[in-house]
Amino acid sequence: MRRASWFNVASVGLGLAFLYLPIVILVVYSFNASRLVTVWGGWSLRWYGELLADRAMLEAAATSIAIAVASASAATVLGTLAAVALARHGRFRGRALFTGMIYAPLVMPEVITGLSLLLMFVALAWDRGFLTVTVAHTTLTLCFVAVVVEARLLTFDASLEEAAMDLGCPPMRTFLTVTLPLIWPAIAAGWMLAFTLSLDDLVIASFTTGPGATTLPIRIYSQVRLGVKPEINAICTVLIAVVAFGLVIASLLTKRSHIKQEGMVALGAVR
Amino acid sequence: MSATDKRAGSPAQRLVVLVPYLWLVAFFLVPFLIVLKISLSQTTIAQPPYVPVLDPAAGLQGLREFLSGLSLENYASLLADRLYLSAYLKSLEVAALSTLILLVLGYALAYGLSRAPRRLQPLLMTLVVLPFWTSFLIRVYAWINILQRDGLLNQALGALGLVAEPAVWLSTDTAIYIGIVYSYLPFMVLPIYAALDKLDETLLEAAADLGCPPWRSFWLVTVPLSLPGVYAGVLICFIPIVGEFVIPDLLGGSETVMIGQTLWTEFFANRDWPVASAVAAVLLLLLVVPIVIYQQFQARARDAEA
Repeated sequence: MRRASWFNVASVGLGLAFLYLPIVILVVYSFNASRLVTVWGGWSLRWYGELLADRAMLEAAATSIAIAVASASAATVLGTLAAVALARHGRFRGRALFTGMIYAPLVMPEVITGLSLLLMFVALAWDRGFLTVTVAHTTLTLCFVAVVVEARLLTFDASLEEAAMDLGCPPMRTFLTVTLPLIWPAIAAGWMLAFTLSLDDLVIASFTTGPGATTLPIRIYSQVRLGVKPEINAICTVLIAVVAFGLVIASLLTKRSHIKQEGMVALGAVR
Repeated sequence: MSATDKRAGSPAQRLVVLVPYLWLVAFFLVPFLIVLKISLSQTTIAQPPYVPVLDPAAGLQGLREFLSGLSLENYASLLADRLYLSAYLKSLEVAALSTLILLVLGYALAYGLSRAPRRLQPLLMTLVVLPFWTSFLIRVYAWINILQRDGLLNQALGALGLVAEPAVWLSTDTAIYIGIVYSYLPFMVLPIYAALDKLDETLLEAAADLGCPPWRSFWLVTVPLSLPGVYAGVLICFIPIVGEFVIPDLLGGSETVMIGQTLWTEFFANRDWPVASAVAAVLLLLLVVPIVIYQQFQARARDAEA
């Protein structure tokens, strides 16, 4: 009964074109020799050269990557713990609140999360900067990690763990030798998701950052507000290439491209 | 007693729950309470820029002074100023209309995907998900290139002879809708696709065998069975769109102001933290019902999976 009707082919074709055309145009125009972003002046790497000379942009990129690595790592640990708690610990006290706190941040408008975290940091009298952005990103992304890892925990057979424990394996060892090898693709996918979300975030970082910790999206945003520049196309293309490269590496590492699957589970379950 | 119960009991296992729990209470729940508190405060030129500040050293007397310093003034000014009210209404309007557009386009795309040849489906789904992994800001920025006055859209329309004069696209409501639909489309497609993918095709065959025309079996069988996916997609898109900041700020014009922008301006430009907090508190109040429905939904979906 699976005949490709014209309607189905058209909807998929147009849908994919709509999703990809703007990105393709952006990438192509980053190689434009002309200063005018709308006039094609031949192929050139000029804007990549200018990008390399832009100290502020490079510093922002380094800051962003450092924050993304730190927050994704913290979020992966906390999110995995949360996932194990949700999937394996049955009805503990305060479970409803816990579930709520995992799922609410996924849809909460970022302006609310950003403002509330900032006011929290002010109340604690923490100096705003690298640490506060990292804590903010950890809080948001640990929820995404938790959902991805939990989905994985729910789909494999819990009796494997029970068998190990019935045979006298202590819980900690069961987790390390049975559970962890089974869920690590989801954990890796969770880390990647957290890393990407942190690298991408403008709103929460703008609220929680301070002097000396300008992230890449904040820098790009302040440039974009002044108008479209070919240099921005170049940095965007570099970012797209980095993410694409990361995804290819990740899917090669996990053989049956679990990452893509988990990424889809993440989206299906999360957003 | 099952193994899972045993594990929850030991102190080490209790930590598994406790550590992320405390983190979320400290950095997700408590901050909201602080927002509520500051929304009842007044602006001042100081650091922090609001009064009263609770001074734990002053004891009970300090607490009494603190409480008497709180007022509903900021909420009153939100109500009195048409600006805030129209920003809230505009945000709800934009979110409702764009969610509707997303639903129509997302359903068509998800339906097309679910009818594609089985072996192609993983590849096609990956292609739909992939843009999500590239930066949100970049994807919005990409549209500025296209929509500006001498941008590619006007060049294309001009070349086709469809418009004599370059049309204005950027800084209009149309641009906001394009940006939102573009950014949120994968979030609508995925849950609907997941629901359609689970659909038992023999039901459609049975309907056809009994003489039901395809369009009727679509309405009577496919649509009702895909509703869980539709509800999930609608909530996942609607809630964050109401508070959207980046898209209206970069693509919209000055005449359309959404509440996320208002909050941003109050905070960053006017440095009025108490009013920004009140704006956030009211926004949260508006969204609390859809967020709770969304959570219930997720919990039920998970129980069904487990």
